[in-house]
Amino acid sequence: MAGFLMLLIVAAAAAGFFVNWRAAQVLRNGGVRLHSMTAFHGAYAALIAALPAFIFLLIWLALRDGAIMAIVMSGLPDGAYPADDAGARSLVQSEIRSLADGNVFGTPADYMLVAAERLNSLRWVGDVLMAFGVAAILGFGLWRARRSIAPQFRARQRVEQILSGVMIFCAASAILVTVGITASLVFESLRFFAKVPVTEFLFGLNWEPQIPIREGQVAGAGAFGWVPVILGTLVITAIACAVAIPIGLMTAIYLNEFASPRLRNITKPLLEILAGVPTVVYGFFAILVVAPAMRDFAATIGVAVSPNIALAAGGVMGIMLIPFISSFADDALSAVPRSLRDGSLALGATRGETVRKVLFPAAIPGIVGGVLLAVSRAIGETMIVVMAAGLIATLTINPLDSVTTVTVQIVTLLIGDTSFDNPKTLAAFALGLMLFIVTLGLNIIALRVVRKYREIYD
Amino acid sequence: MTDISVDWASPAIADRVKKRHRADLWLKGGGMAALGFALLMLFILVASLVSTGADAFRQTHVTLDFDVSESRVSPDDIFKGNFRAIVNDAIEARFPEVTSRSDRRTLTGILSNGAQGAVRDAVFADPSLIGRSVTLTVPVSDPYDQLMKGLIKRDTPEANRRLKDNQIAWFDQLQAAGLVSKPINWALLSNADSRFPEIAGLKGALWGSFYALLVCFLISFPVGIAAAIYLEEFAPKNRLTDIIEININNLAAVPSVVFGLLALAVFIGWFGMPRSAPLVGGITLSLMTLPTIIIATRASLKGVPPSIREAALGVGASKHQVVLTHVLPLAMPGILTGTIIGLAQALGETAPLLLIGMNAFITSAPESLFQPATALPTQIFIWADSPERGFVSRTSAAILVLLTFLIAMNTLAVILRRRLERRW
Amino acid sequence: MENSVMTDDNAAPAAAPTADRRNAPEASVKIDAENVNVHYGETHAIKDVSIGILDKTVTAFIGPSGCGKSTFLRCLNRMNDTIDICRVTGDILLDGHDIYDQQIDPVQLRARVGMVFQKPNPFPKSIYDNVSYGPRIHGLVNSKAELDEIVEKSLRRAAIWGEVKDRLDAPGTGLSGGQQQRLCIARAIATQPEVLLMDEPCSALDPIATAQVEDLINELRESYAVVIVTHSMQQAARVSQKTAFFHLGVMPEYDDTEKIFSSPSDKRTQDYITGRFG
Repeated sequence: MAGFLMLLIVAAAAAGFFVNWRAAQVLRNGGVRLHSMTAFHGAYAALIAALPAFIFLLIWLALRDGAIMAIVMSGLPDGAYPADDAGARSLVQSEIRSLADGNVFGTPADYMLVAAERLNSLRWVGDVLMAFGVAAILGFGLWRARRSIAPQFRARQRVEQILSGVMIFCAASAILVTVGITASLVFESLRFFAKVPVTEFLFGLNWEPQIPIREGQVAGAGAFGWVPVILGTLVITAIACAVAIPIGLMTAIYLNEFASPRLRNITKPLLEILAGVPTVVYGFFAILVVAPAMRDFAATIGVAVSPNIALAAGGVMGIMLIPFISSFADDALSAVPRSLRDGSLALGATRGETVRKVLFPAAIPGIVGGVLLAVSRAIGETMIVVMAAGLIATLTINPLDSVTTVTVQIVTLLIGDTSFDNPKTLAAFALGLMLFIVTLGLNIIALRVVRKYREIYD
Repeated sequence: MTDISVDWASPAIADRVKKRHRADLWLKGGGMAALGFALLMLFILVASLVSTGADAFRQTHVTLDFDVSESRVSPDDIFKGNFRAIVNDAIEARFPEVTSRSDRRTLTGILSNGAQGAVRDAVFADPSLIGRSVTLTVPVSDPYDQLMKGLIKRDTPEANRRLKDNQIAWFDQLQAAGLVSKPINWALLSNADSRFPEIAGLKGALWGSFYALLVCFLISFPVGIAAAIYLEEFAPKNRLTDIIEININNLAAVPSVVFGLLALAVFIGWFGMPRSAPLVGGITLSLMTLPTIIIATRASLKGVPPSIREAALGVGASKHQVVLTHVLPLAMPGILTGTIIGLAQALGETAPLLLIGMNAFITSAPESLFQPATALPTQIFIWADSPERGFVSRTSAAILVLLTFLIAMNTLAVILRRRLERRW
Repeated sequence: MENSVMTDDNAAPAAAPTADRRNAPEASVKIDAENVNVHYGETHAIKDVSIGILDKTVTAFIGPSGCGKSTFLRCLNRMNDTIDICRVTGDILLDGHDIYDQQIDPVQLRARVGMVFQKPNPFPKSIYDNVSYGPRIHGLVNSKAELDEIVEKSLRRAAIWGEVKDRLDAPGTGLSGGQQQRLCIARAIATQPEVLLMDEPCSALDPIATAQVEDLINELRESYAVVIVTHSMQQAARVSQKTAFFHLGVMPEYDDTEKIFSSPSDKRTQDYITGRFG
């Protein structure tokens, strides 16, 4: 239905264009001088009809399913599900949906079948209303547009205004997204902090996010102190940087100063491949090859290591970051003015000395910016650690141990059935908020450093 | 003030120069070693994927006669036929000497669950088969596939081996009779996900990714270009524009998992959109691709020389006309390149799709944007977690499929850039 | 091209009185170049140039833009080696030794033949570190005290000591244009060179800074052989004792400065200094 309506909108727009275009041409051929070109009259008609209809359709589609489900749920008898258990509620919703689709499992209660019927009929009604609404808007738009044909009608201005409006909205969508992210994170986090005190979250040393499923369950009281989790993130980030920074910088120095142009042209794309490999592939690589190799090696030299050894996840993350740092450093080195290099060489320095003592120190602000961005990426990285790092939060900085990170916890808390009320899932949002703040802060600092550095050489 | 006189020919100086050149060599060597390490890691990555994944592109099959007796299948309701019995009969027919119940159960374990489906599909296609016998080539179950590929070694002691001696003996008999084959595993691409690795495929994931990327493109391409045109050509240099630009740069660096949280809270929680649907996945991906397209479009627009704009304005075109009919077409190559690269990145995104639920176990391909589905990277994640041995090679194979798409898209972008690039 | 001073066709410009008086006739040849050719890829930039640069003398290279003055200058300290497509043939002898010989290390050569560039290029380090850079890497001193001494001496010789002695730790990039150039000169002479090459050292400076640097050049020639490429004929006349005129990759004339500017032998030189082209 939605697809059909989209086509209808397109067809109506085309029709409106033709009708108005023709009408304007007729006017002009009759000897009247028009303000705007005939095509603009046509375009005006198309936009006035299609744009409102399109917006209406989108909003309707976005809110339709939620609204229909709310109506159906409100019609259920009391006691169909426990009042404040969001998990049970969403279970009921899924069952109603599958019943409505025709998948019957077992013998559902009568009121469930009624609800499913209601869902289907509401859907049908909704579709009819949607079609009617779209048609009405299209019709009204086309009628208005046709009436507007007149010699002094400033069609071009109107069209350009509409286009500008659309463009401004699109540009402002960036702000909308940021607002959306901030709002949703803050909102859900506030709900979390209503259940778990902020101080426990920020300073607590225990992270055991279990919620009792039934009354009196043993080992059910959860602890939500994030310190061991963020510590795990820092450990893995540190390992990743320990791998990526030296190798990335040395690679950049070699490619920038010592390598022949041909070698550069071959190896730079290869390094870009390393950067383009999806992180889920790196995660699999870590559990398939790297972690077993490390475990075997440790076994042969008689060192005890944990199965989810942090060194594996951190090391693979470091490999992923190498091209990141290398290309930043390469750009920073290339940006150093040639005159500095000439000055150093003219004093009798070797190429290596020139790089070490003049070019590299001059490029440091740009390199630091790149390093900070790499750190930010490492902190926010998810798939490699979800697959290769552990789930238990411990207070350790030993790279041979298993640690868990902020991103791992966010994912594990939310995979599976989500009910939006217990502290478990809300904790994920609190972690997400902290992650967002930290990475945002790092990015702002990094951009500022890079910008300041550019000013020196402009 | 007397000068320090330097004797450039002295051995001390000569020594020092040698040392300095040697330090240079160390630096150069260190750089080469670092580069070599990075490339070595790339090589090991690819090699391990290819070596483990190559196996999954062939699947062991066995050819048997299946007696589609009327007592098992009724022509009125083919779907409810007892195909399991038909399949069991077929393999037991080969080994009349196997009599005990437990032995027979183990024997029938040679054939994959997918065999039932194969027979059923054959009867559906040709109902006249009922009452006759049909010869089909059906997949064997995973352990026997592993045996055939040498991943279960015969020389392991029986107690540690997955397949016992009698099972191997039966399989060898089938092989000796020439009934065992190893054709190309098209099921990897044409089947949807399954509990059984030997018949698990990527069809659902491929469709899910396709739908999600389609939605992503349909949203981020127009919105991104419109935003970029506004920012680059029309926006006044004021505070609001600055804020928008800062926002875009920041969004480009936000971790992907945060977008997943946004989607979960707003699209699924607040709007009530269906979980695991490619539509929601596509919208989320478009939010992440938007900054990439905006930045690439702005760079392309900047690359068009001002003389083009001035010439068009000079003949009386309005600013909108200049941008839309003159500048934009010239900037298109760069825009397309940036879009393709952005979509390639979106194809590989996993974390946000996991959070909106595209990691459910779904055994059929989605038929619309609104039905639950997986995507290629999330399917890889699911398979990577599965304990069956057969999934290891299939995970690698799925990764190779994903990488093939990525290479194709990036190559397309590079070719486009080379072909259509204009030198001003 | 300033023609204001050259209104009087054959009149000698108001040359500084010191220009030729101190040119002791027994100055020896420091750099002897013979049949030097330079190719940039396909372009033949320097065609068969031979010249003997005298010690303790300021030699000026003049000529229109793009005629090879800077290119030839860069041959004298092998800075052309840093450009891949550049090929140099011919003999260039420093104190009798061919500088393009296999045995010679350009790294050491460049400590003996210093260079100052057109645009001042101090390193983004402190003033002290700028000047001490050369002596440090070549290992010319054994102690901090000696290094301090060299830094002070070089800064004094470059006539900038008084202005910076209280802020040796300040960044070199924070000085004014003229000061930066004098810093670069101090940096170049810190390695105790024997020859100082200067590629249009004043063209990025204002007149006062230019005057300061020109006075400096006058003092420097007591210790070094100085070669200065300049666009300004007045400067060449003020500052040098010998002048070489470059034109389209060849060197038509090389003689005492006074002679070049009063009665040049070659018509091309005549045309240039009277402002017919350039």
